[in-house]
Amino acid sequence: MLDQSTVARVELDWAGPERITMNMGPQHPSSHGVFRAIVTLEGETVVAVDAVIGYLHRCHEKLAETLTYAQYPSIASKTDYVAAMTSEFAYVMAAEEIGKVEVPKRAQYLRVICAELQRVASHLLWLGTWCMDMGGALGGGATIFLYCIREREDILDLFESLVGARLLYGFYQVGGVRYDLPDGWAAQCRATIDRIDQRIGEYEQMLEQNPFFLARAKGVGVVSRELAQDVGIAGPLLRGSGIPWDLRRTAPYSSYEDFDFRIPVETDGDCFARYRVRMVEFREAIKIVRQALDKLPAGPISSRPALKSVAQIRIQKGESYARVEGPRGEVGCYLIADGSAKPYRMKWRGASFSNLSILPHIIPGHKVADVVAIMGSVDPVFGEVDR
Amino acid sequence: MSPDDARSAIGARFSGAEVGTGTPLMVTVAPGHWAELAGFAKETLGCCFFSFLTAVDWKEQGLEVVAKVDNLDDGLAVMMKTRLGPGVSTCASLTPIYRGANWMERECWDMFGIRFDGHPDLRRILLEDTWEGHPLLKSYAVDTPHPPYR
Repeated sequence: MLDQSTVARVELDWAGPERITMNMGPQHPSSHGVFRAIVTLEGETVVAVDAVIGYLHRCHEKLAETLTYAQYPSIASKTDYVAAMTSEFAYVMAAEEIGKVEVPKRAQYLRVICAELQRVASHLLWLGTWCMDMGGALGGGATIFLYCIREREDILDLFESLVGARLLYGFYQVGGVRYDLPDGWAAQCRATIDRIDQRIGEYEQMLEQNPFFLARAKGVGVVSRELAQDVGIAGPLLRGSGIPWDLRRTAPYSSYEDFDFRIPVETDGDCFARYRVRMVEFREAIKIVRQALDKLPAGPISSRPALKSVAQIRIQKGESYARVEGPRGEVGCYLIADGSAKPYRMKWRGASFSNLSILPHIIPGHKVADVVAIMGSVDPVFGEVDR
Repeated sequence: MSPDDARSAIGARFSGAEVGTGTPLMVTVAPGHWAELAGFAKETLGCCFFSFLTAVDWKEQGLEVVAKVDNLDDGLAVMMKTRLGPGVSTCASLTPIYRGANWMERECWDMFGIRFDGHPDLRRILLEDTWEGHPLLKSYAVDTPHPPYR
């Protein structure tokens, strides 16, 4: 026989004013990594979130103090392993800024080509996994995921023929890049991006004409302009909240001023706005790659002489903060050099770390199912959150 | 606000501040003025965007806390610094001013053992709660054993 309070709870369909605490993670499929959200629920509504991170912590910053400027770039790619090119980029730029190292024009263009291809690959993985998280509503779930992975594989093939690796590259080095384009690479690249450019439109049609997708994305997880800046979220999240801030335009680096592209901005600040920003970014990234291939100058690909020892590059005393616009926003590297072959201190400003810290501010008030949609729209990569 | 205007505004408000010439604008103040400087950067300089907060261990000269904020409308970037001095590991928290400082200060406590006064929830963030020591201090050797790991 149930006591009176239990009967009341059953009739009310939720525990009344009683709250329950639920663990999402650390092994939850929607986190695409190891992330634990301790959510406090009233019925099905989330009232508080405590985000627990650190499961993938490898102490990158301490590690950087023990590795030379020649060694670390290939480790840097392991912070954000979905967009490995970006973190290497930030690290070498920071070292070049202190050491006043010249980067040849051709190397700058090759850096741009790889960074933009990486943006397309990273956004493809985001779109596929996000749609899979919201699976049931999209009629089967894995459809978009498989399409996106198919496209991403083509880009990884390009990276493989350029660098020899598919995920973690070590392509950037202080002074330039390590490899020049192999024969036929440019033609293969153009064919790949043309194909992806055409298919992006198909995905948009599939999703934006699906009322379930719209219901789950529109008006969910709204980030205001003020909150976005205060927490310091960046990239598509910031632009989805109505702030036209893109480092490629506002603080151009590596010859980005040579290319013509648009910065998409949406003002709604919800999951759908972030989705729209990324969909436009696909096309803009492809546009930049095309222009870079067209205008690719001849010349050397690195100003660095051949090394006899990994400790040969010494960077003079000084400090710098280099930042690049990664697929997830501002990836910054704060570097302090003491004149030796290793940095004195290195700090990663991981875009995912700042972006993820918005969750406790926006999730309360939403249903549990929306937590998955919001987390997917933030697109965190836990290698970069935990470093 | 242009960098030059910002430079003179900071100079006028904080008499003891060292203001650099390059970009981002480097401003060093005494620890007592730390939260005040952040409030000034947000309200007067319009730096609403919180980029990052971290610390540097300068060995016998003590710890230094570094934070960067941006004014996205004018493209002004301000790097704020304060030297805590030898043996000191407390600092005013910026979390009441910038909500983004919350996790960054927790990371700083985790890695450097800096106590941020006024932080609402100062717990370790990346390492376990039971971890001993603060790994990014220069006194913490890379090969410090930590059972059950190595």
